[in-house]
Amino acid sequence: MRYGYFPGCSLTSSAKEYDISLRKVTDKLGITFEEINDWSCCGATSAHVTNHKLSAALAMRNIMLAGQQGLDNIIAPCAACYNRLIISQNEVKNHSGIRKETEDLLSVKFEKDLKIINILELFLKSGLNKITEKRKRELSGVKAACYYGCLLVRPAAITKFDDAEQPESMEKIVEATGAYAVDWNYKTECCGAAHSISRRDIVIDLSKKIIDDAIAHGANVLVVACPMCHTNLDMRQRAMKRKYPEHKNFPVLYLTELIGLSLGMDEKDLGIDLHYSNFKYADTLMNNSAKG
Amino acid sequence: MKIGVFVCHCGENISSTVDCLRVADLCKSYSGVEYSVDYKYMCSDPGQKLIKEAIHKYDLDAIVVGSCSPHMHERTFRNAAVSAGINPFMVEIANLREHCSWVHDEIEASTRKAIELMRMAIEKVKRDKPLTKINVPVTKRVLVIGGGIAGIQAALDTANAGYEVVLVEKEPSIGGHMSQLSETFPTLDCSQCILTPRMVEVHQHPRIKLMTYSEVERVEGFIGNFKVTIRKKARHINEENCSGCGLCITKCPIKKKAYNSFEEDLAFRPAVYVPFPQAIPNIPVIDETVCTYYKTGKCGMCLKVCDREAIDFGQKDTIHVADVGAIIVATGYKLYNIEKKSEDSIYKGYGEYGYGKYRDILDGLQFERIASASGPTSGEIKRPSDGRVPKKLAFIQCVGSRDDSKGISYCSKICCMYTAKQAMLYRHKVHDGEAYIFYMDIRAGGKMYEEFVRRAIEEDKVKYIRGRVSRIYEENGKYIVKGEDTIAGMPVEIDADMVVLATAMIPQDDAGSLARKIGIPYDKYGFFNEAHPKLRPVESTTAGIFLAGACQSPKDIPESVSMASAAASKAIILFANDTLEREPVVAKVNEDICAGCFYCMKVCPFGAVEVKDVKDMNGIVYKEVAYINQGVCQGCGTCTATCLSKSIELAGFNNEEIFAEIAAL
Amino acid sequence: MTSDILKDAKKLQTSFIPSGNFKESFKEKEHDKNISIQIHERSVEDEITERTFQDVSLCYQCGKCSAGCPVRYYMDIAPNKVVRLIQLGYYEEALNSDTPWLCAGCLACSVRCPKEFDLARFMDAVREIALEKGVEIKQVNILKFHNAFLDQIKNHGRSYEAGLVADYKMKTLDLFQDVDSAPGMFLKGKLILLPHNIKNRKEIKRIFKKTSGKN
Repeated sequence: MRYGYFPGCSLTSSAKEYDISLRKVTDKLGITFEEINDWSCCGATSAHVTNHKLSAALAMRNIMLAGQQGLDNIIAPCAACYNRLIISQNEVKNHSGIRKETEDLLSVKFEKDLKIINILELFLKSGLNKITEKRKRELSGVKAACYYGCLLVRPAAITKFDDAEQPESMEKIVEATGAYAVDWNYKTECCGAAHSISRRDIVIDLSKKIIDDAIAHGANVLVVACPMCHTNLDMRQRAMKRKYPEHKNFPVLYLTELIGLSLGMDEKDLGIDLHYSNFKYADTLMNNSAKG
Repeated sequence: MKIGVFVCHCGENISSTVDCLRVADLCKSYSGVEYSVDYKYMCSDPGQKLIKEAIHKYDLDAIVVGSCSPHMHERTFRNAAVSAGINPFMVEIANLREHCSWVHDEIEASTRKAIELMRMAIEKVKRDKPLTKINVPVTKRVLVIGGGIAGIQAALDTANAGYEVVLVEKEPSIGGHMSQLSETFPTLDCSQCILTPRMVEVHQHPRIKLMTYSEVERVEGFIGNFKVTIRKKARHINEENCSGCGLCITKCPIKKKAYNSFEEDLAFRPAVYVPFPQAIPNIPVIDETVCTYYKTGKCGMCLKVCDREAIDFGQKDTIHVADVGAIIVATGYKLYNIEKKSEDSIYKGYGEYGYGKYRDILDGLQFERIASASGPTSGEIKRPSDGRVPKKLAFIQCVGSRDDSKGISYCSKICCMYTAKQAMLYRHKVHDGEAYIFYMDIRAGGKMYEEFVRRAIEEDKVKYIRGRVSRIYEENGKYIVKGEDTIAGMPVEIDADMVVLATAMIPQDDAGSLARKIGIPYDKYGFFNEAHPKLRPVESTTAGIFLAGACQSPKDIPESVSMASAAASKAIILFANDTLEREPVVAKVNEDICAGCFYCMKVCPFGAVEVKDVKDMNGIVYKEVAYINQGVCQGCGTCTATCLSKSIELAGFNNEEIFAEIAAL
Repeated sequence: MTSDILKDAKKLQTSFIPSGNFKESFKEKEHDKNISIQIHERSVEDEITERTFQDVSLCYQCGKCSAGCPVRYYMDIAPNKVVRLIQLGYYEEALNSDTPWLCAGCLACSVRCPKEFDLARFMDAVREIALEKGVEIKQVNILKFHNAFLDQIKNHGRSYEAGLVADYKMKTLDLFQDVDSAPGMFLKGKLILLPHNIKNRKEIKRIFKKTSGKN
């Protein structure tokens, strides 16, 4: 199957390791994709909170390009991009006014919908057995709290993927790597998202609660599928420590990195050393595995 | 033919937009019209007198009244005509109010429309034929479906009036949900104490035939003449021999395999069981699905201990047929549960409250069992998970109810009251406990209801918080309830030990299939429809079938009981005569031209069309034609419109009459 | 619709106004013609309905949105109250509120609303209208961040984080926040120093230009 790839801005810089690990892992699993030529930002939070027309046009530009490239689906690994693309396409489809405006802006006619695929769907679709078969590293000591955040499963009526309140798909993927997925409460609670820079105080409080709940439920790692979540949960831990001195570094991995680890890849190759929480994953998690 | 025309002003309702005098004057010029007049209130006594006198004076054969909808006063004018010696079906009503004056505001145009309407009615009445009412016999026995408090009340009332009753209940015992309740609002009297005497009365009544563990399979026939097929499920117990000693129950080795549904799954029951100690009849049932004997052929402990040879593993379901004249449907309700639902369900579960994964999040009926002295905790309020006494209890109202996103728009009506009661009971039993109720509105309309809620707040210090709860999750053995106090405008988080959800009342799972079996309409949820929301609330639209209790819409006990007595009295009224008079507006088949396609049979909503054999002189069948049972036909005219060979005519609305009306336009 | 009656009622009933500051700050602004809010022939409620394809009267004020809102504790008024203010015609108070700006767009309210009212979408429209009407946004940094972010897209087609941070810092003059993370980012090679420009920047510029006017 031919997949279209929309990395999104974060994956080219602050979430580089997500892109690196995704490419490494999919390569190993035999999934190939084609990057959308000259893709641009999906508009992210900033566009839709201030100007909806702009937001629809920015997102639809990429869907248009993918269509012109002959792709009938787009993988958007960033949960926020995924959400913007799928919501904008839905809005354009259902409201002729927005459709007309957006079509005029982009000088194009939207004839068929593209399937927008998130990272979880990608692995579920391509077959979890592939991961299980190619497993090289023992991860049974890894107790992962799967963090979906807000934008992967909401709104369920549009994403039509998993349950908005008690999602389970990421757990299935994590279990395919041989790691253990804990049941916890903050799977879909928001980390503060786009307030990361402008209201860091909020982000620190919310992210702290998420990490604490994961720890309380026996997790030793958080697994995420969104660069914004990763920034808030990983990078903000230093500031978190200043506000909550008792806070201890807690590892936060991208789902693709966890899969990469289970496939036997090197931490550095996966870009894990780019994380801020400065955590020696192999040392701690893997040792636990060996012990446990 | 001499026709009289009477144009009513309806006070100003018609005359404010229709020039009634002009209408009456113009009608005089139409052929056949002998007399025409307008009057302020034609339905009043002087108005009717005017009609009667005109009939006598001008020797009228038929009359046309231009007035309000025939739904309102057709009967009035027909009776006036009858008392003056005219056949009631020689009266036509032109609806000058709902169809004309109320919906238009321009006098000239509405007057012209009124004239048209009158002319149509005049042309029709010229072709009307006198009709006589139809008489059908009545079987004076009633079938009551459902043995909850509504069914019990309906059965007792009908039987005490002197008629036979067949009471069918699908569970092994009568009593319904009321038998599960602890105490009842607003008096706090014990539910079982007031219910069980009624149950015993049913059991002992010489005119009530009680059929428990039974279900209605089929209903045929029509008002006064229903034939009902009932399946009596195998109890695997010989009812004649069983003394109800209960030895089989105590000796049954199956202890923890089957949930006790009477205890709302908070306890287990053996494979052979009676639902509760006061069950009527006190005869156990063997549950084939868990009984070892049915799985391996071994065990048979009950067989060994029973000295009355009442255990009958080979017993089969039996089919019984009953002839009844009326049916009272009282199948009650069930509670919505918050579990995840299948994709095609109209309901959605509450993932935000955990889809039912937390053991200490209960529904209203489960809490009733926990608060009940006969329940699994003997009336002590304890958490099902660890048996601890909860010190902080959160109640959440409107779970499912008034929640479009979960599939239910209606208010379940009783939850406000029972939640107040449950919070009160909790405070009475756990003195140092805190009770919080999350609500949207408090709906306490009813005698002493508002006072009751205030008592919960003022005397028992129950804290009411106005706002829906967004999420519940478990943290360190507590349930974190995230709400917003919309009055204070403050977020609220309560770490409750137990949560009680006032989940919506919904129809029984098989409500739709039962409705189709007995031929009554139901709404999108499965609640049975009444014939008129205000004036015929206990009748279904099918003649002779009445409704009682929560199968029609959510109801509390007093309402269910009132409705049951009303339904019983409807049946009793029906039985007051030996034969039943029916309107003669029914369809009739012209057998000579009927092609026997039976499209009419497919479209008839009442099942009134039957197959009739037409025989030649030698008694040999040479064709099949449609036959319309006049007792069942409701005169809707669907068959008439469908008939390809134009061989069906609806009396009072035949083709000639209708075409004459149209031609008059 | 009902707003005329409510406007009269409002004169008499001042206790409903969420906080004194609100009213005061609005009064000051009323003198300044340039930034005063004009209630046009179309009400704000109608505008919101038009933009979000949903009727504001759907909301029955159960508060479930506020109950589950992760940023509720930082807001000046509850999210459900913003809807209430719009329903009753208290547009200035609604548009002046912090709440829409603090909304993180997580959609928890939208997925749980019993009336299936998309509150997150409603908040988008409230912010949009507030900007169009020139309301002074009190959550300055949030707005500055969004503007800085959009400027990056406008200029380069993609967000360029080093530029974004620099631009945001210039806009807010908050030079010391993030000092702990930015150097780290440079060191780890995550903040690229030069922007990546997409080819068809013309198209992006056109999109920005054509959508920048009043809706």
